[in-house]
Amino acid sequence: MKKLFLLLFFLSLTTLQAQEYFPTNTGVKTTKNTLVAFKNATIYVTPTKIIKKGSLVVKEGKIISVGKRVDIPKGAKIVDLSGKTIYPSFIDIYSDFGIKKPSRSRGDRRPQYDANRKGYYWNDHIRPETNPLSMFNFDSKKATQLVNAGFGTVNTHMSDGIIRGNGILVSLNKNSSNAKRVINDKSAQYLSFSKSLQSRQSYPTSRMGAMALLRQVYLDADWYASGNAKNKDMSLEALNKNKNLVQIFDAGSHLDVVRADKLGDEFGIQYTIVGNGHEYERINDIKATNANLIIPINFRKAYDVSNPLLANQVSINDMRRWNQEPSNLKVLSDNGINFALTTHDLKSVTSFHKNLQKAIKYGFDKTKALEALTTVPAGILGETTIGNLNIGSHANFLITNGDIFDKKTTLYENWVQGTQHVISDMTIADITGKYTFSENGKSYQLTVTGKGAKQSGSLNVDGKKIKSKFSFKNDWVQLIINNSGNFTRIVAQADNNGMSGMLYANDGSSSKWSASKSDTKKTKSKKKKSPKNTPPKVMPVSFPNLGLGNFNLPKQETILIKNTTVWTSESDGILKNTDVLLKNGKIAKIGNNLSTRGARVIDGTGKHLTAGIVDEHSHIATSAVNESGHNSTAEVTIEDVVNPDDINIYRNLAGGVTSIQILHGSANPIGGRSAIIKLKWGENADELIYKNSPKFIKFALGENVKQSNWGDTQTIRFPQTRMGVEQVFKDYFQRAKEYEALKKSGLPYRKDIELETLSEIINKKRFISCHSYVQSEINMLMKVAESFNFNINTFTHILEGYKVADKMAAHGVGGSTFSDWWAYKYEVNDAIPFNAAIMHNAGVTVAINSDDAEMSRRLNQEAAKTIKYGGMSELEAWKMVTLNPAKLLHIDDRVGSIKVGKDADVVLWSDHPMSIYSKALYTIIEGKVYFDVKSDKKKREAIKQEKAILIQMMLNEKMNGGKVQAPKKKVLKRFTCETEGTLIN
Amino acid sequence: MKRNFIYNILFFFLVGNSFAQQTPADTQKTAISIEGATAHLGNGKVIENSLIMFDNGKITFVGSAMMKIARQGTVINAKGKHIYPGFIALNASLGLSEIDAVRATRDFDEVGTMIPHIRSLIAYNAESKVVESMRPNGVLQSEIVPRGGTISGTATVVQHDAWNWEDAAVKVDHAIHMNWPGAFSNRWWLGESLMPNKNYPKSLASIKDFFTKAKLYLSGNKTSKNIPYEATKGLFDGSQKLFIHVSGEKEITDAVNIIKDLGINKIVIVHGSGAENVADMLVENNIPVVIDRSHRIPDNIDDDYDLPFRQAKILMDKGIMVSIGMEGQMERMNTRNLPFYAGTYAAYGVAKEDAVAMITGNAAKILGINSFTGTLEVGKDATLFISEGDALDMRSNIVSKAFIQGRGISLESHQTKLWKRYSNKYKSK
Repeated sequence: MKKLFLLLFFLSLTTLQAQEYFPTNTGVKTTKNTLVAFKNATIYVTPTKIIKKGSLVVKEGKIISVGKRVDIPKGAKIVDLSGKTIYPSFIDIYSDFGIKKPSRSRGDRRPQYDANRKGYYWNDHIRPETNPLSMFNFDSKKATQLVNAGFGTVNTHMSDGIIRGNGILVSLNKNSSNAKRVINDKSAQYLSFSKSLQSRQSYPTSRMGAMALLRQVYLDADWYASGNAKNKDMSLEALNKNKNLVQIFDAGSHLDVVRADKLGDEFGIQYTIVGNGHEYERINDIKATNANLIIPINFRKAYDVSNPLLANQVSINDMRRWNQEPSNLKVLSDNGINFALTTHDLKSVTSFHKNLQKAIKYGFDKTKALEALTTVPAGILGETTIGNLNIGSHANFLITNGDIFDKKTTLYENWVQGTQHVISDMTIADITGKYTFSENGKSYQLTVTGKGAKQSGSLNVDGKKIKSKFSFKNDWVQLIINNSGNFTRIVAQADNNGMSGMLYANDGSSSKWSASKSDTKKTKSKKKKSPKNTPPKVMPVSFPNLGLGNFNLPKQETILIKNTTVWTSESDGILKNTDVLLKNGKIAKIGNNLSTRGARVIDGTGKHLTAGIVDEHSHIATSAVNESGHNSTAEVTIEDVVNPDDINIYRNLAGGVTSIQILHGSANPIGGRSAIIKLKWGENADELIYKNSPKFIKFALGENVKQSNWGDTQTIRFPQTRMGVEQVFKDYFQRAKEYEALKKSGLPYRKDIELETLSEIINKKRFISCHSYVQSEINMLMKVAESFNFNINTFTHILEGYKVADKMAAHGVGGSTFSDWWAYKYEVNDAIPFNAAIMHNAGVTVAINSDDAEMSRRLNQEAAKTIKYGGMSELEAWKMVTLNPAKLLHIDDRVGSIKVGKDADVVLWSDHPMSIYSKALYTIIEGKVYFDVKSDKKKREAIKQEKAILIQMMLNEKMNGGKVQAPKKKVLKRFTCETEGTLIN
Repeated sequence: MKRNFIYNILFFFLVGNSFAQQTPADTQKTAISIEGATAHLGNGKVIENSLIMFDNGKITFVGSAMMKIARQGTVINAKGKHIYPGFIALNASLGLSEIDAVRATRDFDEVGTMIPHIRSLIAYNAESKVVESMRPNGVLQSEIVPRGGTISGTATVVQHDAWNWEDAAVKVDHAIHMNWPGAFSNRWWLGESLMPNKNYPKSLASIKDFFTKAKLYLSGNKTSKNIPYEATKGLFDGSQKLFIHVSGEKEITDAVNIIKDLGINKIVIVHGSGAENVADMLVENNIPVVIDRSHRIPDNIDDDYDLPFRQAKILMDKGIMVSIGMEGQMERMNTRNLPFYAGTYAAYGVAKEDAVAMITGNAAKILGINSFTGTLEVGKDATLFISEGDALDMRSNIVSKAFIQGRGISLESHQTKLWKRYSNKYKSK
């Protein structure tokens, strides 16, 4: 049966419009009359084109006429809709309706590096060839929910993989076949950052890996289209075919929306992007994407803060989001952003209208709301026959008794492709109201409430409720009155004006009975009007939107720091009683008795001024650290995943850190590219990243890359020994050399991001910072580099650097090391805290780094340990966290010392900067004060107050019957370079 | 330059046995007098220009160098330097693992839930390379604690210059450590909601049950021996302390009430986040708190950046006795940073001498060894060291001499040997 259906289905698709013949063997052929005319209705042809007392004529699923004066054809069924309103049915542009998500592919615990498939792209998570048409199975239950919520069309797809294939646009016509329902069998192409469940192929393990993969796919698709590829690839063929479809990217967080858009821009593709409802947190960045957005409206419930011990664990960000989420749509629309709404994020479709009503209460315009459900999604999809009631459009429309977004409005019918779906019978009389009648000397009040068939009544005598049983069915009311064991029955016909029928008393006697509605509605509505117009209080957004975020970003100031001890980290050494002037973001003057009009003066008496600390090896402020899916991942870059919302940025500022290198982790010999950033708390990712940033890449050696501590199942990836590590490097550099030669030859070549990156290294345009421990492999990598005529820039960790310090000095490589870490794994057995001093004494440029969000906020103390261990001078020790890492990062022309002309990145310390008793009082970047103890104190106070306000709001919600959820603690992942390909955000 | 010369001499002297552990020092043969240093007594007091004398392993004199009193034995001039009691690390696990990532070396977590009979002492590796790296930082004694389970086992106090665990022991089986269950589901790192832990009442019941049965057993005729119950004897007769690893106001309150009701009176709280909110109860019951290392990031995203740094001050202001525990990431190698954890607490509000007391005199009191060690007082063990400067500050924690029970110990280690070996390599080129 199913097979037959499928066959018919496919046949029907090939001739979608022409199908007019089906053999009939059950009787004579009958033709249904599908001509219906609706009269006297308020008709929203579009959200902005409204016809009062208009008519709409439908024939064979299409609208054939609409307007104020319409000739109603003969033979039409006429429906009088006086007092009612017709809207176009809604469109859910982002759905997986009727397409089952595959179950997760299982296997043994060993990792899988190769693809399952042959003849397709090398990566299983790229599936543009997926066409969900053959898997589509009309889900009646879900369809009913959607139809009842007012939806007529859904744009559905297979929600699986990074490139997911095309979608299909289907109508929710319940009494039809798929042949008719499918409006467009290739409606859009879908993408995401998430891997397919159908394959266990490891790559990519991270967000940045997914981004790099997408770039390579686009390049490969062009290469394939030019006919140069040697093998057949059905994925790339499909991708090229789908090129002109709308590209819908399921991104998620506001950071990911921006990431997806940037990626698209690189290839001239403007994605339509699915957000997650927090766009208001970085609305300017969202606006700058110019993308059409698809927005879910899933508002969180208030947190149950009744237990103060637990309430303390809920972050300001989570509390604020409860308060702010309903304002997202208003903020988007106030900013002129074009967006459609979707139900995809909702557990139940039934909460869609409640949430939308809430958004409207928070100031979201109703016309915009209607647009976001009709004309906007239709426009995004390029469909002209849905989302409006123009002639020729699908007869997809709603009939209501008023404003569709009003809580009190009843949605009677949802017509889809001319098929009527009754949600609430509009022929049922509205009998709600108050009725009074007398019986046996008593005065009764009957109150009827509810909608449609669910109207119910309760009975009072002299203001007191008495027992009774009320039922209302097919316009007849049945009422049983319980008078202390004596039962009276009433049966009466009811309409909008009143009830009349018979009363049967307990003694068996019967009499005529009637009751009329007392007019109370008007006074009711008056009462409710006053609170309606005050939109709820929305807490202000900070950047980032955390308790410690900045409500206003710091401005560049002219700052004069007077009479302080200046650690120049230059040949001047330490200057006492000196003034330093910061102007236009630069260090403008160093001297005595400086004065500048209008400068903010900071008294530095008894304090110490230094350059901001530079951390050569950090993993804060990023959403991903490792791409561990391949042994070489030179194609990925941390710049793709910089996370400006990480609280550790602020904590590091409080420790005097101003610049960091966010390194890829050490999961593979050739890791990913770095991001070098300044800790400009509150700015977006782009603003954090250095302009004209020097290019770096992470390499790694030893136990991590040979997966020594990854568990017994991780034994199949090459390399598993230090011997293999050398060959990985040789192999990739050789390939990069050959690639470069081919490129220069002028012959066509397949552009490869990984090999492009490696070529940059050979050409000395990109520098290596290599995770390293034992001397043998350190020596090896220097030799490999020398054989390809370049130098390693930095060995990071480099715990046995002291054993080959002379060779390092000769090679010209720097060392960025821990002050005193050791004993945590076998290869650090010979790690000694004297390492920095020995390398320094041998002529190596040495930095002290953190690799840890805790240590990085007191790197000044870690520098001090080199004085204890190995007797470094204070000046040289201090350079190890300022000028030396700046040199290693090739940013010493901008930062790392206090020198006229360098960036005004400085820290004023309460004490000797390397004293354990010292605290950063001001941390300034480019003349902007990003941290100071006074503002920090104010922030603490503000957090206390805001928390109190939000807790009161939530308690109010709970005490007034609102739904609440258990408190949640904000999950913060702490990255070190050991962290596997995990993601936050 | 001069120092390098001395090191070179030392290096040649040591090169013969450069791959063995440091040989423990012999018992004190001659009296020693240290003169002129600033003496931090470990009880909050400080003596400038001091005179400290010790003989037969015990301190014989503590006073001012201005005193006209005969200097005994070898006189060490320590003018401008500082002298401290040996620092004591609490809740440590030195010698129970050599290399964290190598399973074969990990000896700190035994199978089982209620295992008070598991004793850290006998697994303590007195010859650990990590242990000898403590001494150049002034960390001379520590509490060795087994981990895991509900009742983790029995801990012991050791000193850091020994041939084996027997001569390392300072106080054998001084305490039992246990982990108190959390009242709320605490898998927050998986994004789980904070719900009441459904098993909490059950967990408390099993703790009560265990101790009640142990007590009954101990008061009975013990015909068939029960080893775990036997191990708890000291808790009930007052010779042992119970260290309860617990955080949260509710849990701390429950722990103290339940354990006291069971007749165990010597209680120490370990970790103790939230202890400031139940301070009155802790002070009233004379219960100290062993807080975590100061070098950690705040628990909550909205916390003050310096909240971990201020924890000691917050508790001490409420009258609670505080010391510092080592448990945490890379805890064994990090135990040598004990002075700097105290220094950070000092930077954020604790008076410097109180910070010294936290890791000396008060640490000894919490361990129950203060009658014979922990402070510079006459009659106590001569376990002390001389530092070039403030030993709580990285820059000036430069230990030139250290004594454990009067024995002048080596300050060399695997690490200093490698340092000299390679410094010398480049010098000779």
